[in-house]
Amino acid sequence: MRVAVVRFPGSNCDQDALHSLRDDLGIPADYVWHEDRDLSGFDAVFLPGGFSYGDYLRCGAIASHAPILDEVRRFAAEGRPVLGVCNGFQILCEAGLLPGALLRNLSEKFVCKSVRLLARNASSLWTAGVPQRPIAIPIAHGEGRYLCDEDTRRRLWDEGRVAFVYVDEQGRATPEANPNGSVDNIAGILNETGNVLGMMPHPERATNPLLGGTDGRTILSALSALGV
Amino acid sequence: MPTVRVTVTLKPSLLDSAGRTVAGALSKLGFDEVRDVRIGKVIRLEVERYDEQRVHAMCRQLLANPVIEDYRIEVEP
Repeated sequence: MRVAVVRFPGSNCDQDALHSLRDDLGIPADYVWHEDRDLSGFDAVFLPGGFSYGDYLRCGAIASHAPILDEVRRFAAEGRPVLGVCNGFQILCEAGLLPGALLRNLSEKFVCKSVRLLARNASSLWTAGVPQRPIAIPIAHGEGRYLCDEDTRRRLWDEGRVAFVYVDEQGRATPEANPNGSVDNIAGILNETGNVLGMMPHPERATNPLLGGTDGRTILSALSALGV
Repeated sequence: MPTVRVTVTLKPSLLDSAGRTVAGALSKLGFDEVRDVRIGKVIRLEVERYDEQRVHAMCRQLLANPVIEDYRIEVEP
């Protein structure tokens, strides 16, 4: 398993992602530039957080047309693991690889803190290793209010594609536990085949005890479970 | 050279949190007649020739996100 960490102009969680994968999880990973057109030699894709293209127009809108996205689409279609975190989630939505969109937080504030997540899917390659208890993962975003039309919302639940919801300490998806106003407290979703995960929280910031927690490992270790 | 003005707005059914904040600020300034504020963006395109279908394509592919936004196209005189 070798992971491509895609860098766009304005990415700023790319180094975190690479460090987390390589040094905390022991998973081979390398940077790939957004203008590259070839992901041969890689087995999975990590679209990191940041402000690609300055978030001009809409978050992720311009990045979703970058040359590398053709390869990301191929990976998604071939069932390979694709993970978009924060800005990466926004890019996946703009690219149409995941449904819905991410709007400004209801509070109009940039929210940077640790939140609790509960996995609502226990079988996808990304969530199979996540324990059925609230896990602590940091968020840091101004535009993370997940939104989709009613049909999509129902389908996401019916098809088990809600990967994570924001919850309180007891695991309840309360309005107070919702940091941005996302519909149904949704923090992360899967594509129809379960190999593409988009989420606002940052698992790569929770893989080392020095940084306050290791619950992010329960998500990212999916990559090592798939074999090196 | 024709100038095309594309106005992109959040769909009316969606809560515009920035607009709501501005409405609150206007109210605090004493403009209590303001009931609602919606914020959008205006994109001006200078084009060598105007082809409405091509501008629609620009809007669909990049300028607007049909999941959350509506757009309006006008050619400036």
